Amino acid sequence: MFRRERSIPLRGSAAALCNNLSVLQLPARNLTHFGVVHGPSAQLLSAAPEGVPLAQRQLHAKEGAGVSPPLITQIHWCVLPFRVLLVLTSHRGIQMYESDGSVMVYWHALDAGDASLVQAAFARGIAASGHYVCVGTWSGQVLVFDIPTKGPNIVLSEELARHQTPISDIATEPAQGQDCVADTVTADDSGLLCVWRSGPKFKLLTQIPGFGVPCSSVQLWQGTIAAGYGNGQVRLYEASTGTVHVQIDAHARAICALDLAPELLSAAEDTFVHIWKLSRSPEDGYIEVEHCHGECVPDTQLCGARFCDPSGSSFAVTGYDVAEILRFSSI
Amino acid sequence: MSMRTLPLLFLNLGGEMLYILDQRLRAQNIPGDKARKDEWTEVDRKRVMNDIISTMFNQKFMDELFKPQELYSKKALRTVYDRLAHASIMRLNQASMDKLYDLMTMAFKYQVLLCPRPKDVLLVTLNHLDAIKGLIQDSPTILHQVDKTFRQLTDIYGGLSAGEFQLIRQTLLIFFQDLHIRVSIFLKDKVQNSSGRFVLPVSGPVPWGTEVPGLIRTFNNKGKEVKRTEFKHGGSYVAAPKEGSLELYGDRVLKLGTNMYSVNRPVETHMSAASKNLASQTQESIVPNPLAKEELNLLARLIGGMEIQKPSGPEPGFRLNLFTTDEEEEQAALTRPEELSYKVINIQATQDQQTNQELVRIMGEFEITDQSRQSSSKGDDWLAMMDEL
Repeated sequence: MFRRERSIPLRGSAAALCNNLSVLQLPARNLTHFGVVHGPSAQLLSAAPEGVPLAQRQLHAKEGAGVSPPLITQIHWCVLPFRVLLVLTSHRGIQMYESDGSVMVYWHALDAGDASLVQAAFARGIAASGHYVCVGTWSGQVLVFDIPTKGPNIVLSEELARHQTPISDIATEPAQGQDCVADTVTADDSGLLCVWRSGPKFKLLTQIPGFGVPCSSVQLWQGTIAAGYGNGQVRLYEASTGTVHVQIDAHARAICALDLAPELLSAAEDTFVHIWKLSRSPEDGYIEVEHCHGECVPDTQLCGARFCDPSGSSFAVTGYDVAEILRFSSI
Repeated sequence: MSMRTLPLLFLNLGGEMLYILDQRLRAQNIPGDKARKDEWTEVDRKRVMNDIISTMFNQKFMDELFKPQELYSKKALRTVYDRLAHASIMRLNQASMDKLYDLMTMAFKYQVLLCPRPKDVLLVTLNHLDAIKGLIQDSPTILHQVDKTFRQLTDIYGGLSAGEFQLIRQTLLIFFQDLHIRVSIFLKDKVQNSSGRFVLPVSGPVPWGTEVPGLIRTFNNKGKEVKRTEFKHGGSYVAAPKEGSLELYGDRVLKLGTNMYSVNRPVETHMSAASKNLASQTQESIVPNPLAKEELNLLARLIGGMEIQKPSGPEPGFRLNLFTTDEEEEQAALTRPEELSYKVINIQATQDQQTNQELVRIMGEFEITDQSRQSSSKGDDWLAMMDEL
């Protein structure tokens, strides 16, 4: 059972984007950082465990040519082995900051030159894999940046060109040490998932085709891919083979966010948040799912959701047009 | 984010505008033989609707509209509707125009938000087009124009993927972000609550293509289903009955986008300086936009495509009031909360403005400043009226 905790007010309402909440847990400092995209700006704030906001900062998308101020598509903390970077994607490019957002250490402008006049260029989908940061683009390309242990000498190391439609989300997990183990999954608006092993040259391990619906959010944990789709379904796949093991008719509207920690959290535009327990069957090792808890956030089209602690005993959500971060914790 | 959003935005907002104008004109209808010179008759109403609809669906204008492009700012779009609303013998004071625009935007925001699946915004658009055709049944030429637009719409949008519609939906919602004006008819129907937020029901049919939530299916390595369990979702949904039709004539299934106004359900608004959410909105309108000139050029091309018929001879302008009395209209103008004022682009129009070239040149000569509105009297020349918007 969960109960509503005190909300954290935001300067601006959350935009109707998917994966519109990033959380950086800092248990050693008894702090949690939150990041939410409003539109042309994004807000970072840090809060104490009871939800008391302590500090906040607003970041803006870097200006460029165009008729209106550029919109931010996503904000995400990337936890790398020796540092944490805050990455912000927009319709102009990719901005990388130190984790508190105080200093921009890198700017990558999107090459909109070959964008057909029909599509606006944007970057979307951010994840850290080892010492790489992967960022997706509207064309389906995934840009891989090599991040040094400190300083601004960030280098674009590779461009993965497997997807044909805009990247929606990227998920990673620490490499398990073995050679062929998947540690990165990229998802796009056609529902296609590509499974990779990171490295100086990323290797494509397998592909999971879509079924006519965008995959808006993806997570990877202990070799299991959890994918949330535009028709409200959640599917769990074995990362190494790409086979589907569980299909959940989880929501009545498009899923906007997933988190996996070890429980699975799903949030959708139908105003519901669900928590699922994942386990492996003792007989055959297959993934099994059990529904734990459902929460309705009345009249709120959710757009972001994250666990706030490693055990999954608390989570936070954001909603379109709502100027606060809603928090829940288990009783 | 999507460059295909403007036609949908324009047609749906235009559709709502026509519903409201039609309802207000009917409400102020006086039977022809009893009408004084400055009162509305059925003939006048039909004329106004015909004029506006034929301007809206003008081929040159539609061609410009359907080009892939970014969404205009709220300011720019409002200017297009101001122009459209004055495409006939009808005049609207600032307060009535503000109210009209508030109602249009909140109605379409509601429709976008409540669309079960992103592609359903196309069905909402077709509902508006169907109703528009009903308003001009006696005019085959205009009907033909609307049908042409219908085909343009289904040609372009009929084949877009679910992902592209999701982008369109997000683009529309970003446009409508932080608008919480309370609308009487919505409050009465309990689709909007007193804070200005729309009610999102957790019951009813699921979108076409979505299963009713509640089932967990487990598969083995060979793809064979080995287990089925159910869970309690929390809502009370039922399966979708059928898919709405995209044909010229067909059952759209969805009711969103059909006319919710009638003589018994009049058009009213409450002005609500809702909440601190608006702080971010005002901020954006105060910061000067250095690229507004480029936007003006786009706007000029669009408006230049509109062929506004000039009133022939010394016809007086007929004023339409969106409020119940003139006093109420004046009061609304005085008490409109600052953060809700639409800072409309000031366009100084000249006599000959049919060519795009001319308009672009003219647009280029003027900065966007908010000039204080001079009091306007009934019967002003319609060009002077444009200056005062």
